[in-house]
Amino acid sequence: MTLEPYWPSLFGGIAIGLAATLMMTLNGRVAGVSGILSGLWRRTDAGAAVNAAFAACLVLGPALYALVFGRLPEIHVVASAPVLVIAGLLVGYGARMGSGCTSGHGVVGLARLSPRSIAAVATFLATAVVTVAVMRLAGAS
Amino acid sequence: MNGARVIAAGLSGLVFGFGLALSGMLDPERVRGFLDVFGAWDPSLAFVLGGAVATASLGVWLSRRLPRPAFDERFHLPTSRTIDGRLIGGAAIFGVGWGMAGLCPGPAVASIALGVPATLLFLAAMLAGMAFYDRAEIRLFRRRSPLHG
Repeated sequence: MTLEPYWPSLFGGIAIGLAATLMMTLNGRVAGVSGILSGLWRRTDAGAAVNAAFAACLVLGPALYALVFGRLPEIHVVASAPVLVIAGLLVGYGARMGSGCTSGHGVVGLARLSPRSIAAVATFLATAVVTVAVMRLAGAS
Repeated sequence: MNGARVIAAGLSGLVFGFGLALSGMLDPERVRGFLDVFGAWDPSLAFVLGGAVATASLGVWLSRRLPRPAFDERFHLPTSRTIDGRLIGGAAIFGVGWGMAGLCPGPAVASIALGVPATLLFLAAMLAGMAFYDRAEIRLFRRRSPLHG
């Protein structure tokens, strides 16, 4: 296996880890996207302005990428509209119920060696792999 | 101090969004390619997660040596270590949706400006799912409807 095609993924991951490091060392908080987004309707002790700044600049990130590399990030979606709606509801509901998503549990939680996050990541990876396999078998993907 | 915190959060968000775009993880099909272990497996996400966790671990190491974060009096990090049904159930539900669409909250938000209708539809449903768990209405809509006052 040649590693070259995976350099952007590795460096992208390093940037995500750097973002989490900035949030932790400067503000003392977890850079978890679902928790921060819930600040849209929930009173969080981080404060609305802090959460809004993170979310707004998260949107600007791909624009910075386009500026640096002169091309837009590629996006391919094959899921149908009903599948996207059901998937979105499940992702949103599950992230709040499980107190985190791929960023809060997946990046920061694993880095902190939190037993809760390790359990959460193992669980959502397992159900996601099974879901993709079932959809493949059913010919839905 | 709050101004500094807002700027720090913005910087973190910007670097996060840039990293997501660079990593290729804004593309739901690459994420699903990683989850598709019985198909043409794409290991990219493992490199993303590996790079992210390794770098964030340095951040954790650093923050444990700081008396307090730069712009706050103390750290605000989760302390619970209890693995309960809510955690596992929530993560299981999250994984099913993640596998179906190949999208999770970070990429769903970061790709807003790209204006792809499919990811915007997912984002709207995701916010509704989050608000439904919190039993809350999204503030944006509440402000616009005086009937709810």
